[in-house]
Amino acid sequence: MADPRPILTMTGISKDFPGVRALADVGFRLFPGEVHALMGENGAGKSTLIKVLTGVYDVDQGEIALDGEPVRFSGPLQARQAGVSTVYQEVNLCANLSVAENILIGREPRRFGAIRWAALRRRAAELLRRLQLDIDVTAPLGTCSIAVQQMVAIARAIDVSAKVLILDEPTSSLDAGEVGQLFQVIKRLKDEGIAILFVTHFLDQVYEVSDRVTVLRNGRLVGEYLTRDLSQIDLVGKMIGKELQVLEHLDEERAPAAPEPVVEARALGRRGAVAPFDLTVRRGEVVGLAGLLGSGRTEVARLLFGADRADHGRILLDGVPVSLRTPRAAMGRGLAFCSENRRTEGLVEELTVRENIILALQAVRGWARPIPRRRQEELVGRYIQALRITPADPGLPVRALSGGNQQKVLLARWLITEPRLLILDEPTRGIDVGAKAEIQRLVVSLSKDGMGVLFISAELEEVLRLSHRIAVLRDRRMVAQMVNEGVDADRVMRVIASGESS
Amino acid sequence: MSRETDAVRDERVVADGESDLVAPRGAGRMRGLARHRLLWPVLVLVLLLLSNLIFTPGFFEIEVRQGHLYGSVVDIVRFGAPLILVALGMTLVIATGGIDLSVGSIVAICGAMACLRISDLGDQNEVTGVLAAIGLALALSLVLGLWNGALIAGVGVQPIIATLILMVAGRGLAQLITGGQIITINSSPYKLIGAGYWLTLPFSILVALAVTALAVLLTRRTALGLLIEAVGGNAEASRLAGIRSRRIMLMAYVFCGFCAGVAGLMISSNVSSADGNNAGLWIELDAILAVVIGGTPLAGGRFSIGGTVIGALIIQALSTTIYTIGVPPETTLLFKAVVVTVVCLVQSPAFRARVFRRRAPRPLPVAEKPKAEVAR
Amino acid sequence: MSARSSYLPSGRYVPVLATLALLAVMYGAGALRYEAFGDGQVILNVFVDNAFLLVVAVGMTFVILTGGIDLSVGSVVALTTMLSASLLKDQAWPPYAVLPLVLLLGALLGLGMGCVIHYFEIQPFIVTLAGMFLARGLCYTISTASIPIDDPFWRSMADSKVRLAGYFVSPSVLVALVVVLVAAYVLGYTRLGRNVYAIGGSPGSALLMGLPVARTRIAVYTISGFCSALGGVLLSFYMLSGYGLHAVGMELDAIAAVVIGGTLLTGGSGYLVGTVLGVMVLGVIQTIITFDGTLSSWWTKIVIGVLLFVFIVLQRLIAARGTRSAPAAPESAPLTLTAPPAR
Repeated sequence: MADPRPILTMTGISKDFPGVRALADVGFRLFPGEVHALMGENGAGKSTLIKVLTGVYDVDQGEIALDGEPVRFSGPLQARQAGVSTVYQEVNLCANLSVAENILIGREPRRFGAIRWAALRRRAAELLRRLQLDIDVTAPLGTCSIAVQQMVAIARAIDVSAKVLILDEPTSSLDAGEVGQLFQVIKRLKDEGIAILFVTHFLDQVYEVSDRVTVLRNGRLVGEYLTRDLSQIDLVGKMIGKELQVLEHLDEERAPAAPEPVVEARALGRRGAVAPFDLTVRRGEVVGLAGLLGSGRTEVARLLFGADRADHGRILLDGVPVSLRTPRAAMGRGLAFCSENRRTEGLVEELTVRENIILALQAVRGWARPIPRRRQEELVGRYIQALRITPADPGLPVRALSGGNQQKVLLARWLITEPRLLILDEPTRGIDVGAKAEIQRLVVSLSKDGMGVLFISAELEEVLRLSHRIAVLRDRRMVAQMVNEGVDADRVMRVIASGESS
Repeated sequence: MSRETDAVRDERVVADGESDLVAPRGAGRMRGLARHRLLWPVLVLVLLLLSNLIFTPGFFEIEVRQGHLYGSVVDIVRFGAPLILVALGMTLVIATGGIDLSVGSIVAICGAMACLRISDLGDQNEVTGVLAAIGLALALSLVLGLWNGALIAGVGVQPIIATLILMVAGRGLAQLITGGQIITINSSPYKLIGAGYWLTLPFSILVALAVTALAVLLTRRTALGLLIEAVGGNAEASRLAGIRSRRIMLMAYVFCGFCAGVAGLMISSNVSSADGNNAGLWIELDAILAVVIGGTPLAGGRFSIGGTVIGALIIQALSTTIYTIGVPPETTLLFKAVVVTVVCLVQSPAFRARVFRRRAPRPLPVAEKPKAEVAR
Repeated sequence: MSARSSYLPSGRYVPVLATLALLAVMYGAGALRYEAFGDGQVILNVFVDNAFLLVVAVGMTFVILTGGIDLSVGSVVALTTMLSASLLKDQAWPPYAVLPLVLLLGALLGLGMGCVIHYFEIQPFIVTLAGMFLARGLCYTISTASIPIDDPFWRSMADSKVRLAGYFVSPSVLVALVVVLVAAYVLGYTRLGRNVYAIGGSPGSALLMGLPVARTRIAVYTISGFCSALGGVLLSFYMLSGYGLHAVGMELDAIAAVVIGGTLLTGGSGYLVGTVLGVMVLGVIQTIITFDGTLSSWWTKIVIGVLLFVFIVLQRLIAARGTRSAPAAPESAPLTLTAPPAR
């Protein structure tokens, strides 16, 4: 099936960022005429690998060879000229220009410096026809659906004699029909002998379109497999893995949850984000959300908190229907949401630790009722101590803290509002093991005190250890909910892989 | 009073904290001082004032004549008062990540409105009538600020564009109010605001002090300052933390309108006339300049009211200096151009990266960002 | 133009058509109300009186299309008049030396500002504000008073009339029209022009698409500087003097003309013909007010402000509709896959 000689090989690739080893001795190869899926959870190193390949980042160690020749690109532009093109998840085209221009801008056909519009349109239409697409090339790109924009991006990418096409999560904002159309295009390109590197979070798509899979985890290569030889459950297992470091045993056992529900979602959903789901969190209960990245975990949390507006279903608090259209409304009802994006959605980086911690409480009180300075210091001091935030200086700008301590600052921000339901989206991502264990212990003790917690994590072990119940998401749909008794990682993985609750 | 010192201590703590990261070498207290964010503005102001000594030996002399305080330094503060006022409002607006180009027009409109009402009075020295006129003018300034705020926070128009509307139309409105004439009045109660004295001090200085105190009170006694900085620093995080950012932005623009209104009263009172065309012309640019010199980044976030006041004083001192050394006063613009360029270049992360990269590799990734200047 | 033409005007022409309709209504109302208004010469006079503004607005259009702004144009216009007058009168330079020099200087100023904006990543607003101060300040270093120009070439440009079919325009109008045509060609038919639109649409994407963002962004400020200088030359033909207080606030007129002409202030969308219409709208407002005699001049500003408001809110509504429909409505432009060819 595939040419025995790979068109692209990457060997022994390492890449360090300050404090983090993003890639450690990773190898990767790509054959002409194959679709090769690159899989891994958050922080596995997929996007770093792609960026190293296309020259966005310099390589610290290792070799890249294209067609047997060693290469090192200075940036995406040079990579493209050498035949390595990338199409990103967010369509990086200009919505205000026409389809034809988007395909050909920068290399328009010209005569005496003047763009020949008729020839330009003709060429664009030809290129699209090569992908078996019939689109009005004079329409502004912004009026096209995301799927068409994605196709236009591919048309632009393959115009130059492309040998390698990188598709970085191209399907994450497409619906099922559009994905089918995209796959037809991919298969056609494959038949033309183009090597395609395909990044996605959707397992079904991997099996539908790819010939070969490379799995990364924590910046390391897990392995390269032929897709047909690898079962879904094995793939999930390789992606999630077992926790390498044995965390110290949580000395406190889970306390039983109270029967009365804090929050109930009834057929809550939002088009394009997550299909309608039912979910109940009780007093003192930790509900874990399991699922791969992009499965709709975060979307569930945002809908509950009113960060996004639901277009389906309703929410009950203590059995009473409520409208949570804004985060503020949700906070007024005792909800708290700690986002997974610390930097963009959590911290205000130039403010101090103290200011970041009191922000939410102050927002609820309104501007006219400032928290007295003495009370601020007392509250902040207490949480700095309780969460062991270091350095324990409330006057430090928060961006000077390490990731784990920044996360604790955000936790403190929400804990001082004394919420009844705390939603934690990946609270332990990207922080060191010690801080991780502390946060886990905190979750247990909070639930003991009667707080409901919705705990989202990519790490199955963590979810299993902390949760009373586990809800599993797959492809933007809640596929199962199970009581965490006698449930092991394998069973949850099976559900994630198959989508069927067993 | 303790709040004031708290705010000041805050700034120092931040500066100290940063200096530990930014400059690991150097010695203790000097380092903290060198990194204080008001250091450069204060230094520039002091140098500027000192340089006047060369041309005017008696520059720092202050005397009390007929119970009134006189002196070059007093004059700088007195003439700088309107700019201080406008710049105060501008500081809050810029801290939310916005900008207000319409303040000059608001200055003109409020001055015109007050003078028009006073000129209609039977007795222009009647205090209640003058107070009513002032009240009306200030109410108008609040409405104009509200208009800007509503366009920006409500409709969602970019601040620079939204306030451009009032900047253009406002001049016309001001002339409409004055009927295209320069309204001259003769009202001693009104004259007090801009040109009068009270307790030996020029009244305009007292007004500027009062509004500065109001601004400090409003932002540091309440939580408004924190919320403004949060909105300007990271709008999405602020929303998720439950801050009603629209309301905060609205308040900033209303306050900015109010400050411009007071400045308008002061300017028209000082000359006892209202000129719809020229009153407050280009004051918005001077105000933005004062804010930037004072260390508040144009991208929003952390703001410094003290810095703004010093920035405004620097601009006024510059004008006074140029006037006293006998250069044509219009060339002030050249100096302003140089100052804007230097201040912005120094604030620009890209500039620092280009210029200082070769000198020393950065010790820590944290140091990549200069103080309080994280663009959203 | 399009392969599959439709009878409805495409959405992107709506703002320009709105401006055209506005202009027609204003002209019609003027013609009904004032007898002499209907004379074709009135329209030509709008161009005669605003040729310099038109040239400046053309430069501004380039800048705004990239999503930037140039506040320095009025000052550069003033500096050009001042420098021309001073060189002609005080230094007795010949016109053929003065003209290239002032035009070059304007372009250089623009180039400098463009470089600072791009390489040091400082907002265009603040950089061109500094440029504005600088240029005005330079005016006053030359002289604080008005300098009259009595160079024969300047006089001939001021006095001569180009006649066509009973009507006339000044040579400046012809210069302005050439500028408009060249600029329209550049925007529509050269890579530079298309890159301007691409950068205005999405600077990040433009970079990732491999377009020369740095060169283009610096070029638009250079063009704006050049157009300002040329506008200054035309203004000095019109005024026959150089003065530091010439063209105060012209940047606002230019921005207003561009916005009323339907160009998005956020960049990426707009046409040069819109800018021409925008300048005409401003000119017709002035003409109506002059014709009326009872209306005062400040109504010009108020009307411009109201028009700005209307057009900005209109833009905002169009933009809001656009963002709402784009991700949520895949049916807006159905993807049609042709059947694979039978083999």
